[in-house]
This record gives sequence, structure tokens and C-alpha cells, in this order.
Amino acid sequence: MKISKNVSISENGFIFNPTTGESFTVNPIGVEIINFLKENKTEADIKKQLLDKYNTDSATIEKDYYDFMHMLKASNLLDTSAE
Amino acid sequence: MKNTEKEKYERPVIKKVEAGMPNKFGLRTEYQPMTHIDGVSVHELAERFGSPLFVISEKTIRDTYAHAKRAFTLRYPKVQFAWSYKTNYLNAVCHVFHQEGSWAEVVSGFEYDKAIANGVNGKKIIFNGPDKSDADIEKAIKNDSLLHIDHLDEMYMVIDIAEKLKKKPRVAIRVNMDTGIYPMWDRFGFNYETGQAWDALNKIMFSGKLELTGLHCHIGTFMLAPYAYATAAYKLADLAIALEKKFNHSIKYIDLGGGFPSKNTLKGSFLPGKDANPGIDEFAEAISTALINSFSNPDKLPLLILETGRALVDDAGYLISSVIANKRLSSGKRATIIDAGVNIMFTSFWYDHKITPAQPFTHYTEDTVVYGPLCMNIDVIRENVSLPLLNKGDKIVIHQVGAYNMTQWMQFITLRPRIVIIDLDRTPHLIRESETNNTLTDLELVPEHLKKFEL
Ligand SMILES: Cc1ncc(COP(=O)(O)O)c(C=O)c1O
Repeated sequence: MKISKNVSISENGFIFNPTTGESFTVNPIGVEIINFLKENKTEADIKKQLLDKYNTDSATIEKDYYDFMHMLKASNLLDTSAE
Repeated sequence: MKNTEKEKYERPVIKKVEAGMPNKFGLRTEYQPMTHIDGVSVHELAERFGSPLFVISEKTIRDTYAHAKRAFTLRYPKVQFAWSYKTNYLNAVCHVFHQEGSWAEVVSGFEYDKAIANGVNGKKIIFNGPDKSDADIEKAIKNDSLLHIDHLDEMYMVIDIAEKLKKKPRVAIRVNMDTGIYPMWDRFGFNYETGQAWDALNKIMFSGKLELTGLHCHIGTFMLAPYAYATAAYKLADLAIALEKKFNHSIKYIDLGGGFPSKNTLKGSFLPGKDANPGIDEFAEAISTALINSFSNPDKLPLLILETGRALVDDAGYLISSVIANKRLSSGKRATIIDAGVNIMFTSFWYDHKITPAQPFTHYTEDTVVYGPLCMNIDVIRENVSLPLLNKGDKIVIHQVGAYNMTQWMQFITLRPRIVIIDLDRTPHLIRESETNNTLTDLELVPEHLKKFEL
């Protein structure tokens, strides 16, 4: 999965999508994930980094990562053409 | 594996910024976490007594009662509260009200016996309700309780039993009336406008068998209009004055029932209840003015009795509950499932109960629907609430659940939880045990022919 190219994200979690004109806010862990995606990190890599950093378990990460991806997709922020 | 050296986890969340439609609270939640109730840790309470758990604040009851009492006694010389048992008849709660000086107001034989067992003097029990048995009436007459007659059939029953007992019971009639409020509750008592109430009073006076002591009404519940109480007070005063004129008989009290709102937020109301609902002072002002204006002799004002329920106990009750799971619905909406369902939170059908997480949270929120655990579609605690990001196992506090939930709760698929009261020294006391399977199965019988089966 990739974040659409022209989507910009600020450090404090403000996202603007010039294609649709929509803006969003995300929390810090959301910013982290989006930046990982922009760096083309693999899903497994991202989950591992989160698990190393945060006090939680892999089942929770798994579930929340999946849910977040779903939300990004529903918000038209993912580039699905690459698939 | 969890490790405390790592950073605190919060799940990732994204929220669309709606241009021109600012969220009332921006990205911020509307309140602080509620980590303690009356100085006692919510997490510790849940650990010690289990979850879900009803928690009652003795301090809030006493403070609310003191405020209400003062609101009335400042404005009217003779005021008596009678605790409406059905609102919350946990014995410990009743005892707090009785310690404060409240009489008891009951509506069934079960509640009557509870009040007696709690040690309330029979003379200070008001017996309302349309379904009093012969045995109930006999008991009430022997104890010299205040019998509030609901219909003519009951009046004749009371006269009959009084004759047998050779006693003259103290009675009042319940009056219903148009107070400008819709819907009008005309199914209880005798109607004022059609003259039914006046007829009933005449029958009582001519019978000579009953001591007509008071006049009663209860015009509705969660009433938002103080003027409706003024109307009710004027109409009852009218009857009292007519009795004086015709029979030279003064009644001792006017009982205006219950019905004042708590600070809860009614479903669909735009403003939170604490801003929108009139306070008890406004009701006290309307009622006192009407009574003082009606009676010409200030030395002969009747006692004002109030059977206030909800407004005195709602704010003192909390429900601690745990997050079982988070889900994403097909609509994209977030759903949080908690371990308390509508079977113990009957008032979720009425109110948008305030819900607060019991642990610190960041300012990120999500619009969430809060479901109970009942496997039923109607099991919704809040349809739409902006909540911080809760994790499985987190605790939440549901506010203002002290009225009616602990009496109207149903046992359904799980067992009803414990209830504790926190005293003025911040010590929690268990006041009702949780049910066990035996609580229920002990009442059941399986006929002999159904006992055996093979699967
Ligand atoms: C006769 C009577 N008195 C008092 C009450 C208490 O009402 P509330 O809780 O609205 O104050 C009720 C409630 O239904 C009632 O029926």
C-alpha cells in the first residue's frame, strides 16, 4: 500500500489531499504510519517498528493497523493503482 | 509482550476536517478523565468489586438533598420530603434519605414492607398507587399510614376495611389535572376539571368514615416547566379552600408528588441537561408562590409534601464499565462494546448519558457508538458520542445513573452486578451483592417428566 503521491502531511498530523480538496487530522502514531508508508516500508516492517516502540501486543497492532489502512482507503488517501 | 519502558500505545486514528461544520468541541474531548469517584480510584473499585459496578456517592445524595430542602424551606414555612422508593429502593440509599429526614413514599405492598423493615414509622409512610390489596390497606390502616386513594373502588375498599377495624384512616385523594403539559397523566387518581375530584372529596366527607388529611398529585416525570407545578398547586389549593367553605374542614397537607428533572440530557436535546433543565429553585419558587397566594391565613398554610425521586438521586449514581472490544461498522463508524448493557441501564433509552474514560487520554477523539454486550440490536448505551481512543480493558464511567436503573434493571443473559456506596470518609461499602446462578435457579422447578434427556 502506498499513500497517494500528492497528499501532503504536516508534522502535527494535518493532511491535505489536493485531488479532492479534503483535509484530515491524524494522531501522532498515525503520522508515523503514514510516513513509513511514504518511505515505502513493508507492512511487516511497519508493524515490527510499532511493536518495538509501543507498550502493546501484536494482536492489537495487527487489528488497529488493518483498521487504519481501511480508513485511509475510505478517505481516498491510498494509491491503489500500484496494486 | 507488554513492557512498561515502552511508550504508551494509542491506536492510529484519522478524522476528516469538515469545512464550515466545526465540531462543537474541535478535536478536543468535552471533559477530563474521571479517574476517581469521591476520591476513590475507579480502577481500584473495578478490581476489588468487579465490572460492571454501580457506585453511589453518599456525599452527592446528601448535598443534593440539602440543596433541595433549602430551596423550598427558604420560600415556604412547612416542607416535608418523602423518599420515592421506586426511584431507588436499595436499603442503604433509603437509609441515607431517612437519616436526612425524608419520610417514605411507596406504591406497592412490597415497597411498603421495605419501608417498615427499614424502620420507618408507619405514620410517615405515604402509600400511593392503584394496586393496593386488602391486606396492604389493612396493614396501612393499622399503622396509621397516609393512604392516597387512586380510584372509587379503592375508596370503598378502604371504607369497608376501616369499618371492620373500627378505625378512621388518614387518607388523601390523588388528583389528576390539566397543567398545560402534554401528555396529561389522567390515568391515576380523580380528574380535577371534570369535577371527579370534587365528587370524591364530597363522598369522603359525607361518609364520615375517613379522615381526609391531604390532597395529592403527581403530574409527570422529568418535567421541564416550573409553571406546570404552579398550576397544580393552584388547583389543589382550590379544592382545599372549597373544602373549608363547604365542610369547615382544613386539610393538613398538599402533596405535589415528584417529577423534577435531574441534570441528565434528554435524548435529542441540543443543550446538555446541566444547562437546559430548570434547577430545583425555579420549581420551589413557582410552587411556593402559588401556595402562598392561594391561602389567606399565613398561620394555616398546609404542609407541603414533595415526593421528589429522580432529581435527588440521579446525579449520585455512576456505572463503572469496561471496554470489551472496538469495531469498525460497515458504515465506517467506530463502535465500542462495553460490559454493561441496557438491561441494567434502562435510562439509556431516555438520556444521552455522559460517558468519561477513567484513565488519562490524549485529545484525539472518534465519533463512536457505544454498545452493550447483550447480543440484541437495541442494546445501545450511546448512539453517538465523541470519545477518546479507548483500548480493550479500559474503564469508563457512565454518569447520572442513580435514578430508576437499580430498580428497573432486568436480569438477562448475565447476572446483575454489585453496588457500592462511597461514604463521606471516602470508604466504599458493598450494599448489594452480585447475583449468582443460584439466585435465579433457586426459584425454578423442573417437573419430574422433564428431568431426563439424552443427547
Ligand atoms: C406517585 C409518585 N410520586 C413520586 C414519583 C417520583 O417521581 P420523580 O422520580 O420523577 O421525581 C413517582 C414516579 O413515578 C410517582 O409515581
